[in-house]
Amino acid sequence: MAAIEARGITKRFDGGGGAAVDGIDLASTDGEFLVLLGPSGCGKTTLLRMIGGLEPPTAGDILIGGRVVTDLPPRARHIAMVFQSYALYPHMTVFNNIAFPLQAAKLPKETQKQKVGWASGILGIDHLLDRKPRQLSGGQRQRVALARALVREPNVFLLDEPLSNLDAQRRASARDELQQFQRRVGTTTLYVTHDQVEAMGMGDRIAVMDQGRIRQVGTPLEIYDDPADTFVATFLGSPPMNLIPDGASGLLFGFRPEHFVPASDATGDDAVRFPFHVHRTEYLGAERLLYGAVGETRTIARFPANADLPIHVGATSEFAVRRRDLKRFDRETGLRRDQIRGIG
Amino acid sequence: MSTSAQVVPVAAGVDRRRYWLDREGVLGPLLLLPTVVYIIALVGFPLVLAVLYSVSDATVGDQSLDFVGLRNFRAAIGDGTFRVALRNTVAFTLVSQLIVMLLANLLALVLSADFHGKRLVRFLVMLPWTTPVALGVLGWLWTLDNVYSPIDYAFRQMGLLGPSIGPLRVDNPVSDVVRWLGLGSVFGTGSNVLWLAQPALAQLSVLLVHVWRTLPLATVILLAGLTAIPQDVKDAANVDGAGFFRQLFYIRIPLLLPIMAVAFLYGIVFTFTDMTIPFILTNRGGPVDSTQVLASWAFIKGIEGGSLGEGAAVAIFLFPVMAGVAALMLRLARRTETS
Repeated sequence: MAAIEARGITKRFDGGGGAAVDGIDLASTDGEFLVLLGPSGCGKTTLLRMIGGLEPPTAGDILIGGRVVTDLPPRARHIAMVFQSYALYPHMTVFNNIAFPLQAAKLPKETQKQKVGWASGILGIDHLLDRKPRQLSGGQRQRVALARALVREPNVFLLDEPLSNLDAQRRASARDELQQFQRRVGTTTLYVTHDQVEAMGMGDRIAVMDQGRIRQVGTPLEIYDDPADTFVATFLGSPPMNLIPDGASGLLFGFRPEHFVPASDATGDDAVRFPFHVHRTEYLGAERLLYGAVGETRTIARFPANADLPIHVGATSEFAVRRRDLKRFDRETGLRRDQIRGIG
Repeated sequence: MSTSAQVVPVAAGVDRRRYWLDREGVLGPLLLLPTVVYIIALVGFPLVLAVLYSVSDATVGDQSLDFVGLRNFRAAIGDGTFRVALRNTVAFTLVSQLIVMLLANLLALVLSADFHGKRLVRFLVMLPWTTPVALGVLGWLWTLDNVYSPIDYAFRQMGLLGPSIGPLRVDNPVSDVVRWLGLGSVFGTGSNVLWLAQPALAQLSVLLVHVWRTLPLATVILLAGLTAIPQDVKDAANVDGAGFFRQLFYIRIPLLLPIMAVAFLYGIVFTFTDMTIPFILTNRGGPVDSTQVLASWAFIKGIEGGSLGEGAAVAIFLFPVMAGVAALMLRLARRTETS
């Protein structure tokens, strides 16, 4: 087991203009499940590939287990990686796929067999060992890729969107399995995804990335409740956080759609009131969304589907947000202006 | 009164003949027709004709087909030159293609790496393939000339060829080193190697030109195959701890095998049926028929010698190999389609 650390990591591609990864400092703790979350093109996969040694950084250092590995090739880093495409060796059986890292390490045949048996047992694919990858379903392929990563008991797991090739239903259960699996083996894991549900559901901590920089690092709770800036505030949450410009202070008021309730439901004088003009409602089974505007700004409110709402489309009514659910952001920089927790 | 009683045809009033080309039953055969005509006229007919000629006594002067059974085949096999040609054809093809496979793998590996001037090198590697065979072979004819060969000249200047004593001995720093290494005059004390005048060297020359000629195509095919190996798979092998040779022998080459088979089969087709190289380079398969191949021998017998029947019989020997190669290619194509 070992912690991962990036120190001032920068990556510029030839002729690419700006930096794909721009001076990132990030450290995991030992055994942590750390998620890199960001929109596509934010540099999260590039960062992962640099940690894995597949891409040389332009500047900065990578440490694994406290040792600088920046100039070491991937095979010397004792890491395991699971790719979005799973990258199974198509001409090899499942057994040989899983045994490949062991063969490369020149372990005795008997040990190889034992370890493949152990890893495939954990992932429940021991009955598939004679098959070729093309004879497997997406979920089975993903388990083979995980078994191949697990079998050599690496210091670190690097996972690059390993669930994105599964259908929605399979993905939900795979998410659960993957997290349980990580808890069981306790290996430090760096997990790249653009899917906030995966990030929120699996990560011990989340590092939110945008344009080659880390915007915030924190637990899912910290990231969701206390976004460090307007990017994090609007990237997480579906629908995203509402941002209302405040004329008096020159700040942006941010609040989650589920915290935006009719003024009559807001108890005490702790609430900040807004006139909310409702344009349309959307019924989504478990919840109901109200689309509308506060002043000129598009605003969304969210309620459980069974909530009693005396709201009419086209009408304006008094809504409110509790003061502690209201976040303040600088209108120019987008940064938080009030007290927050967990900034990276 | 009732409107349901009257069934109105959907396309009433529309001339259905205007849409006859939209029907698959009409358009399909129509589009296939040129191919079918082409194959019958330029492949099927000559093949049937060749088979008919081979069992007849047809000559250039008298093309009437009088059946003579397998007489032409017996005559062909009984002929020493035919046996040399058959052996040469097989040997040139197999040896040259094995060399090509080896070199093409190396070249493709080098050319798939990133380096400055890669495009220029790729272009240069492709050149032999784009040159017309006859023109390329003429170039080699001059290069390997018995008297004026520039290779001989270079060898002479390096002291590898020519007298090591006497007034004609070449003396320069390079030849001094060569002689010091004990390589003085390794290619003989005469003034020329005589590439095309000695049977063994002439065969080697033909072989080399075959390699020169088919290497570019094989390289490009393998290069395409290498590029088709997903980057993720190479990355995974890297992370899994495989070094260069393990990746080469356990990942790249196995994944490249189907593509290598395609390049190999193409190479076989081109070298097995070639007659241009011995015809031009060694002046019709010389010296003394030592570089004769089936295609050139069939031409010499059938067209120049005028005995169409015997020429056809010789050429028919190409058929089983070509049919086998074609079948293998189709199988490979089908496998790629289904996987």
